[in-house]
Amino acid sequence: MRRGSGAVLALSLLAGLAAAGLARAEDAPQACEVPTYLLSTESLLPRVTDAVKNGQPLTILVVGSRSSTIAASADSAYPAKLQAALKEKLPSIQVNLSVELQPGKTAEETDAALVKLVEAKRPTLVIWQTGTVDAMRSVDPDDFRGAVGEGVAALQNAGADVVLINLQYSPRTETMISAPPYLDNLRVVAQQHDVPLFDRFAIMRHWNDAGDFDLFSTVHGPDMAKRVHACLGRALSKFVLDAARLDQAQQN
Amino acid sequence: MSSIADPVAGTSLSDSKAAAPAAPAIALPVTGERELRLDLFRGMALWLIFVDHLPANILTWFTIRNYGFSDATEIFIFISGYTAAFVYGRAMLQAGFVVATARIMRRVWQIYVAHVFLFTIFLAEISYVATRFENPLYSEEMGIMDFLKQPDVTIVQALLLRFRPVNMDVLPLYIVLMLFLPVILWLMKWRPDVSLGLSVLLYALTWQFDWYLTAYPSGFWIFNPFAWQLLFVFGVWCALGGAARMSRILLSPVTMWICIAYLLFAFFVTLTWHIPQLSFLMPKRLEQWMYPITKTDLDVLRFAHFLALAALTVRFLPRDWPGLKSPWLRPLILCGQHSLEIFCLGVFLAFAGHFVLAEVGGGALTHALVSLAGILIMWGVAWVISWYKHSADKDASKTKRTGGNADMAGGSV
Repeated sequence: MRRGSGAVLALSLLAGLAAAGLARAEDAPQACEVPTYLLSTESLLPRVTDAVKNGQPLTILVVGSRSSTIAASADSAYPAKLQAALKEKLPSIQVNLSVELQPGKTAEETDAALVKLVEAKRPTLVIWQTGTVDAMRSVDPDDFRGAVGEGVAALQNAGADVVLINLQYSPRTETMISAPPYLDNLRVVAQQHDVPLFDRFAIMRHWNDAGDFDLFSTVHGPDMAKRVHACLGRALSKFVLDAARLDQAQQN
Repeated sequence: MSSIADPVAGTSLSDSKAAAPAAPAIALPVTGERELRLDLFRGMALWLIFVDHLPANILTWFTIRNYGFSDATEIFIFISGYTAAFVYGRAMLQAGFVVATARIMRRVWQIYVAHVFLFTIFLAEISYVATRFENPLYSEEMGIMDFLKQPDVTIVQALLLRFRPVNMDVLPLYIVLMLFLPVILWLMKWRPDVSLGLSVLLYALTWQFDWYLTAYPSGFWIFNPFAWQLLFVFGVWCALGGAARMSRILLSPVTMWICIAYLLFAFFVTLTWHIPQLSFLMPKRLEQWMYPITKTDLDVLRFAHFLALAALTVRFLPRDWPGLKSPWLRPLILCGQHSLEIFCLGVFLAFAGHFVLAEVGGGALTHALVSLAGILIMWGVAWVISWYKHSADKDASKTKRTGGNADMAGGSV
């Protein structure tokens, strides 16, 4: 009797698993909505606000590691999508965007390049995606925090606004890469320097949980990466406009 | 498979009484009965560690790390120190330093073997993922698999405990702590309070001079043994009479209110992490002083949070609480009684859970089911181990002088 009920339980569990699997397999439409709290920030981007209000060109520099691009299709990666979205929302403003990848470099190694890049390009806004390489090399989180803090301070001194972007949510490598210390320390740096932090990790995890994307899946080919980056670029544009308090001004 | 739990533990009531006057510096608790609270909370810690190792899901909201600074690791290490002192402290008093050390080293070897076994399973999982998973979204993150190109170095480093995948950090910490247990016990036998003071000193010096152990290929030990030893030694100290001597402090209402106030404060702070809309309530200066609350070096705030939890637990959950015998808590207690096996099983199940989620899909329902199934498996295996010990191995244990009381004080992970 008990054995029988156990088998029924096991079967229904299996059925539940299978149903969940099937539900995932049908590709949900890519709504990729993001909860408002992930797109709003207390920190400001005064230089971006000024540039847009005065009708000056907006020069954006994206510094990041390889997760800021898609191999062989950089035009579909989030920086390009961000530029497109900003152009659409700020039609009267000229939006220049350049990407400087620092593949395989930790925050500390990127620090040296940052100031030179800013001097060369004179950006209004630097979007710095960091943490992935440090997490993969398990750099001491304290050192990581120090390095990011120094980099942010140098950028601010050089006259640029800064937005930080954290790691990707990568469930497949969760047993290999320990993200939490680096996520926490990025949050700390953002607080200390009053810099907006675009929480890419939480946003991607939200999409995974909500069923927008199945980030566990072993897809081949760049399609999914392109769709995720399109959503990221759009979300990032909303985030930047929110931080620059340009939500109302965008019609100007 | 023969039992991993150390067969040394059991001794009769009269033995411990006879030994006590010989060493007045420390007092072992005189018990005729197993301390079920330890099993209960160790079992709970094992479940929570398992759930925390899986991707976040509904059950994750039941883990204590969402409601304060400390998490299950603190409970686990503290209780490990407590039970290890209980088991091997008695051995040291009765059989002497050499024999106790020999027994501890046997235990260390068992934990080491368990760690290597888990590493093998981990390698299998990772190699599978590395060959199958090719999402261009994660081409950067997949670079972490590069270590597979150098198995010669990686495996040797793993055997040296320097290469450890995520979630496999607790056992190496435990191995190191156990290695030093003979010295800790020997010092405790001499002057327990001085020993605890030395431990606090080491902790303070670690913070002052930033001591740590390096890992392979780069980085550091996720659980810094120089810092985490404090919790372990504190557990040892409590087991060897410290808890009894502290009982007046523990029972004072002032302590209780301080603990409650601190736990509420911690709860509020963690709430601001989960509900960012509340973060404006946090004073900036407090944030700058407080963050980050590091787990690697066992932040003082975490340690204090654990102390507050423990103090309230001891106060409100007496040793003879009838609920401890209730069948509802039986699964937890069973798991706590076979902690090394169940801990290893939990790590394995977490790997397996990741794998199932990856293969089947990552819906919220599947996530919760995987967690639940894992807990049921842990319970089932704990039951089987216990059955082996009490029924299947009964004839064998009769021939041993331990008298079939092997898990009296528990295996000591």
